[in-house]
Amino acid sequence: MPITLPFRPRRESYPPDMWTQCPGCSEMLFNKHLDKALRVCPSCGHHFRISAPARLAQLLDPGTFRERDPGLVSRDPLGFVDSKPYTDRLVGAQTATGRKDAAIWGFGSLAGHRIAICALDFTFMGGSMGSVVGEKVARAAEGALAEGVPLVVVSASGGARMQEGTLALMQLVKTIAALGALRAAGLPYVSVMADPTTGGVFASFAALGDVNLAEPNALIGFAGARVSAGTIAEELPPGFQRAEFLFEHGFVDRIVARSELRDELAALLDVLAPPPAAGVDGSVRRG
Amino acid sequence: MVDRLLGRSKERPATPVPAPETPADPRDAVWARVLLARNARRPHTLELVAGIADSFAELHGDRLFGDDGAIVGGLARIDGRRAVIVGHQKGSDTEENIRRNFGMAKPEGFRKAIRLFELAERFGLPVVTLVDTPGAYPGAEAEERGVADAIANAIMVMCRIRVPIVTVITGEGGSGGALAIAAGDVVVALENAVYSVISPEGCAAILWRTPERAPDAALAMRMSAADQLELGVVDRIVAEPGEGAHADPAETARRLRGVIADELDRLAALPPDELVAARATRYRAFGAFDDLGEPEAPEAAERGGLADRLRRALEPVGKAMGGLGTRDGREGRDEPPAREEV
Repeated sequence: MPITLPFRPRRESYPPDMWTQCPGCSEMLFNKHLDKALRVCPSCGHHFRISAPARLAQLLDPGTFRERDPGLVSRDPLGFVDSKPYTDRLVGAQTATGRKDAAIWGFGSLAGHRIAICALDFTFMGGSMGSVVGEKVARAAEGALAEGVPLVVVSASGGARMQEGTLALMQLVKTIAALGALRAAGLPYVSVMADPTTGGVFASFAALGDVNLAEPNALIGFAGARVSAGTIAEELPPGFQRAEFLFEHGFVDRIVARSELRDELAALLDVLAPPPAAGVDGSVRRG
Repeated sequence: MVDRLLGRSKERPATPVPAPETPADPRDAVWARVLLARNARRPHTLELVAGIADSFAELHGDRLFGDDGAIVGGLARIDGRRAVIVGHQKGSDTEENIRRNFGMAKPEGFRKAIRLFELAERFGLPVVTLVDTPGAYPGAEAEERGVADAIANAIMVMCRIRVPIVTVITGEGGSGGALAIAAGDVVVALENAVYSVISPEGCAAILWRTPERAPDAALAMRMSAADQLELGVVDRIVAEPGEGAHADPAETARRLRGVIADELDRLAALPPDELVAARATRYRAFGAFDDLGEPEAPEAAERGGLADRLRRALEPVGKAMGGLGTRDGREGRDEPPAREEV
């Protein structure tokens, strides 16, 4: 007869150590303190990657998030196998994260603004966009349109999911088309780019915000260094494709520290989409 | 040889030619297609346009930065129909390839395409796009000038414009750099064209950690035109003459001309609203997933074990101490910490 311990088995997936070394300043950080600091290094400000649930918890008013479509799972349309089958990779990622794929979307309140929000999860196969991620981003945009509320998408993704081939590529069009409809309806869309936002995710919905925000030092770029090195014989210079680089070249509006992100979003939404209670003129939107 | 390069081949097979010999090993077979699609003698956009269009006036420049030789476009007449043609342009020799950057467009190339798409819409002209690129140029200057922004906006404009778009994958359909001009109402592919989410070398570099496994990646990604037809990404395949398009460029162009004219006429019959709606429906439908519905059990943390109950009991204390913590209380801390790749 199995013995049931008062600890849930998922605890076993914690790394055995309680400390994390900061890759920015080599400081040893106590994980609990790091969590309290929204996983930003207290000594150097390095922004660690965070999971989609953690992101939503940081941004949304407590208890307001209602997830939609949590049960979407990829079908492995190509029967893709590299060193192991894509289905095995999916199951592995599902087991490790407790999630079906690399995105969560739903409705919630951000400082009182009702919004549709979608967060990508780098911990699930590098946050890559296959059918499910593309579908969730599109549904988030469609949900925002249906309810007449703003859309926020937080990206953390290596790009299109190679294991779904051109069907993953088609998600670029699918998500962009959904954003186009939102744009035509005059509803705001804020794109938040976390580390990393690259490839097909950057070249689709992440680049197209009415406002583009980025976390400090986030890797943001189209071509991955490894892709470049493999395809053309050119190593990209180090320090390249960081949030600050994008900012300098005019593709990011604001670089926002994680601790400020919620307030910044609220301030943007106050202007772009004032809640009806904010004033009589709140109903007048552009477009 | 020169004749062939310039599309002046006299040979014109009267009957459909059997498909090129296919190696027995599927990996070799798909790789043979990749090599055919990349064949330097394969007719490239301007050569095909010379055979497809009665007249073609090339237009240059993106009005923002410069003129990218890797994407060409202009005003054409195709059997009397007026159209805007936009396509990637590879070179047929080293010198031209350097000028054309091997068909790898930079942001100004995509922005030239955007400009031409919008021009087409203003004048009610249908658009024909010819896709043949290894991918967008993955170098430093492309990133500086916003290659991702340019691609995303090109796709957005393609989704929006109220004129027909016929896309033909003529050679290599390489990733976002191809898709930026490939979001047509209908997508046609030449028989030996390939289409993939990432170059097989890039895929191999990531998944196999060496570009030398590119043939394996090509097979796994199912990048042949026939596979793409099966996946619904491609709607129609045009057979190539002889051993491939390079064997008879003029005949290849002649075949494409018929198919393009046919598709243009079919799309021209649709009212613009229906046309744009059908385009949106085409791309909205892509995706292979199931919906397993809501999870059977509520969030595990709701029930929780002793540890959770203790944590929840202690939470107010933590908050009172000024911890920024997790706002929701039940989210976040049950996740394994995100791993940092150093």
